[in-house]
Amino acid sequence: MTIFKQEIKSQKLSIAIWSLSIGLLIAACVLMYPDMESQMEGVNDMFSSMGNFTEAFGMDQLNFGTLVGFYAVEGGNILGIGGAFFAAITAITALMKEEKERTAEFLMTHPVSRTKIITEKFLSVFSIIIILNAVVLGCTLLSIVMIDEEIFWKELLLFQLAYLLMQFEIAGICFGISAFLRKSGLGIGIGLASLMYFFNIIANISEDAEVLKYITPFGYTEGSDIINNGELKIEYIIPGMIMMLIGIIIAYVKYNKKDIH
Amino acid sequence: MNAIETNKLTKSYGKSRGINELHLAVAEGDFFGFIGPNGAGKSTTIRTLLGLISPTSGSAKVLGYDIVSEKEKILREIGYLPSEINFYSGMKVKDAIKYSADLRHAKCIDKQKNLCERLGLDLNKKVDELSLGNRKKVGIVCAIQHSPKLLILDEPTSGLDPLMQKEFFNILMEENEQGSTIFFSSHILSEVQNYCHTAAFIKDGRIIMSDKVENLEQTGTKKVTITGQFDDKKLAALSGVTPTESSNNKQTCFFYNGNLQALLELLASENPKDITITEPSLEEIFMNYYE
Repeated sequence: MTIFKQEIKSQKLSIAIWSLSIGLLIAACVLMYPDMESQMEGVNDMFSSMGNFTEAFGMDQLNFGTLVGFYAVEGGNILGIGGAFFAAITAITALMKEEKERTAEFLMTHPVSRTKIITEKFLSVFSIIIILNAVVLGCTLLSIVMIDEEIFWKELLLFQLAYLLMQFEIAGICFGISAFLRKSGLGIGIGLASLMYFFNIIANISEDAEVLKYITPFGYTEGSDIINNGELKIEYIIPGMIMMLIGIIIAYVKYNKKDIH
Repeated sequence: MNAIETNKLTKSYGKSRGINELHLAVAEGDFFGFIGPNGAGKSTTIRTLLGLISPTSGSAKVLGYDIVSEKEKILREIGYLPSEINFYSGMKVKDAIKYSADLRHAKCIDKQKNLCERLGLDLNKKVDELSLGNRKKVGIVCAIQHSPKLLILDEPTSGLDPLMQKEFFNILMEENEQGSTIFFSSHILSEVQNYCHTAAFIKDGRIIMSDKVENLEQTGTKKVTITGQFDDKKLAALSGVTPTESSNNKQTCFFYNGNLQALLELLASENPKDITITEPSLEEIFMNYYE
């Protein structure tokens, strides 16, 4: 696992910055909740009467007056967007950076098969995502304890699982794309994550576009669905996991045949 | 057994040429110079042998292993120094060397230490702060520390100062004496002439000549330099004359591989101030091939 260790080691600063940024931002929102709780009834009414904007973020089905409802919107958006961008950036650079930073020649003239390189890099990307989510969960739990609220374990763990799967899906797709790239692909990764996020907004606004929920991983991270149903929508998760697997398989097929310049 | 053997090895990049039906044989234990100008196909040959790029057609074996199906076995037995080496940003020199040894599962602390001392490497320096020459030294340690059977070096001396080049070749000669085959590409002919036993010339993706260096030096061609007035028309009429670019108003220079009697008769009929007849250097032979 030499390559795996090197990947984790080389990204420790990036992991720390992203994990703490997302974790502390969510914690800050949770810590503000007690001050906002008394005014939440008015906020609830306001947010539930903003037409398309309300539907776009699922706020018509959430109660801001409860911590779980508040967390579903605030925490969900922070971890949703932040986590998706982080997963996209980490995965899209994983294979491509060896050629971009001209280290591929060094690495690939050592006795390690390309399959091993891909496997260790793919495992490192997924481990890094797990580390980020563990830190974020820790920050969230700590902040809930600090404001003396009861921890909504079931919903919180379902949220976290949904976001973890969403980040895995984006990472899997971006990992596949990374195998084709030689120079920077950050724009592609961030663009893809943003596009998926907007697909979910469009699907929330228009019933005609609901099919997009099967395409975007944000479909199964919808806070209102998780709270109201008490479970994740498996019909959205399955196509997502298939896309993730296709991304990873493409990475193996392409990278094993790729000419390294 | 040959350490490297290619059979019609071809790599095409669409319209642009890579290497074309390349035949190359490097004997085990040889110190082999691979000579060619920029763009002739030296790096493409090396990168194909190492499996970094796939051949379009043809085949090759390195240390008896097929370059396509037994790539990992080849990489286990070789050491490679690329012409431009880069390491992972943020690593220290000692981390880069250790990473290379770890990837090979090699335990070679003593040799590593010895090489670092001989090359004057500061192990605690960050690789990002290193000059081209110092990066190359780190690359040399990574390529040699595990005592490979075959060392492949792509233009290894670029960036190294003359003293370090000398030390580097001393290290290579020691490795060669201990049984390693050395294969290095270069466009610096004096390096090949001074250190290699065998050399091959590559031009436009094809090997145009491959032989022992001593045989290449003894082509029968003489380099003739005449000082003073000389009738160029008479010279042009003589067969076996190849003019060189170093001729001027005071001096006439040419390579000659024709009848010696005819040359002496011509020289006697003129009135030169001075004449020198020497063996051409490998560089001059090389230039002759590429004109």
